[in-house]
Amino acid sequence: MMNDLMDFDEVLARFEPVIGLEVHVELSTASKMWCGCSTTAGAEPNTHVCPVCLGLPGSLPVVNQSAIEAAIRIGLMLNCSIASWCRFARKNYFYPDMTKDYQISQYDEPIAFDGTVTIDVGGEPFTVPIERAHMEEDAGKLTHIGGSGRIQDADYSLADYNRAGVPLIEIVTKPVTGAGARAPEVARAYMEFLRDAVKALGVSDARLERGNMRCDVNVSLMPIGSEVLGTRSETKNVNSLRTVEESVRYEMRRQGAILAAGGRVKQETRHWNEAGYTTPGRSKEEAEDYRYFPEPDLVPVAPDAAWVEQLRESLPENPVSRRSRLRAAWGLADREFDDVVGVDGALDLIDATVAAGASPAGARKWWMGELARRANEQGCGLDELTITPKQVAEIQDLVETGALTDRLAREVFDGVLGGEGTPAQVIEARGLAVVSDDGALAEAVQAVLAANPDIVAKIRDGKTAAAGALIGQVMGRLQGKADAARVRELIMEACA
Amino acid sequence: MGLTRDDVARLADLARIELTPDELAHLAPQIDVIVEAVAGVAEVKDDDIPPLAHPLGVVNVRRADQALPTDWQALRPVLEQDAPAWQDDRFRVPRILEEEE
Ligand SMILES: [Zn+2]
Repeated sequence: MMNDLMDFDEVLARFEPVIGLEVHVELSTASKMWCGCSTTAGAEPNTHVCPVCLGLPGSLPVVNQSAIEAAIRIGLMLNCSIASWCRFARKNYFYPDMTKDYQISQYDEPIAFDGTVTIDVGGEPFTVPIERAHMEEDAGKLTHIGGSGRIQDADYSLADYNRAGVPLIEIVTKPVTGAGARAPEVARAYMEFLRDAVKALGVSDARLERGNMRCDVNVSLMPIGSEVLGTRSETKNVNSLRTVEESVRYEMRRQGAILAAGGRVKQETRHWNEAGYTTPGRSKEEAEDYRYFPEPDLVPVAPDAAWVEQLRESLPENPVSRRSRLRAAWGLADREFDDVVGVDGALDLIDATVAAGASPAGARKWWMGELARRANEQGCGLDELTITPKQVAEIQDLVETGALTDRLAREVFDGVLGGEGTPAQVIEARGLAVVSDDGALAEAVQAVLAANPDIVAKIRDGKTAAAGALIGQVMGRLQGKADAARVRELIMEACA
Repeated sequence: MGLTRDDVARLADLARIELTPDELAHLAPQIDVIVEAVAGVAEVKDDDIPPLAHPLGVVNVRRADQALPTDWQALRPVLEQDAPAWQDDRFRVPRILEEEE
């Protein structure tokens, strides 16, 4: 299944890439799009279902107010026009991921249309034109049983409709041209922008790895100098920032090789394989005719203009400007800052920790180090750790004032994450405060000096590096609960 | 109106309804008559009539975003009975795709 690939630079020398991205964002509403069923993931199969989301005869859908609000706010964030009147449409298809044999979507009357967003691509602005953002519903989950577990050789499939009817917003770009060599990065930066935007809006959990956001990547090549769009391929369900970038690069190279050999690119749906290549999907899909028609069970949506203006005024800060503001304000090294941006939720958590009084460097140190490691161990998101930014700020403050050492701070994290209470309660219960009583410190220092006359002699000879061994012993006697700098001071004073 | 036999064959295919050539020959003219009857609506002069989106003429019927307990236990026996087959709390459906190539 390996395809011939053209060298990336050669592709750029001969062709102009054109990309188009269709991103599905799963909203974090409490209930589904048309019924009161819960949207909480992870429930037993087919327990979040009712006659409406199973499409049983006689049931009627009623649209979720919060989903409409979220759709409009997303549209406004993308600088779209908001429809003053629009309808839902039935998209008919036969596939057992929906019991109704259709999906309720929007067709020629999307709630939001004609926008643009300016994203940050490696420090340079790039403008992506937006075609539309429309409302629709998610489908159920199929598990293919038998054979290798792939759909093609399965014996049968099992359907769970808990996710059927969960609200989705589909955001579609216009063809994006002029990106040239940056096309793969533009695709990634755009996806990153959408993730940050819907998160700032608070309308989605926006976790790509959990399928809260899914991207279909369209790529075509246009010979340099031509103005006719080439035939495009559509790579489905690309689910991470890295693979969005990789799939664009891969399709450019694959199509370049086909065109250079005098072949024609097939208009088809392709699948992204984690090993880093695309394979053709069902060829039937090209010919699919969805026979859209206005959904007769739902009345039109006509958002009040004053309400839309109110929503516009309450939009959060644009993620691109927020990022450059924080980059300047925090004074972190560029690489450190880019690392923060690359970790889901880290920017928000560090921002909140700084707001609670910590220094940006201190806040970054814990969230990107110790806490990132623990989130990783627990297999959860950074923002799912059971510790608040305010608590992290408190702990960092104790470290900065010398009341805790880094080692003790890590024990406090253990306690807080283990449900032992607030940092203060953990410090109290575990007896973690630094020994700041100079009497106890002096006693430990004297004992260590007395036991090591040879080292003391070296220090007195001016070999101050030897003090390290003594500091270690003093810390050992005090179970690490002392400020090493203060211990060094006491040792140097005693040896003077 | 002129709905051809090929049009009807295509519709049948999209709707996953298998028609024999005899059935097609029998049904296609009938469907054409039905469509033609409805097409009369398009002849009405409608310059000053706003399109009707919904028979009730209302807009913005919405519900608050509130998760309600679902009585899935009561529904379950009905689903199990209506499903083609039932396995591991899920609908069991026949193989979806034939092997490619
Ligand atoms: Zn439901």
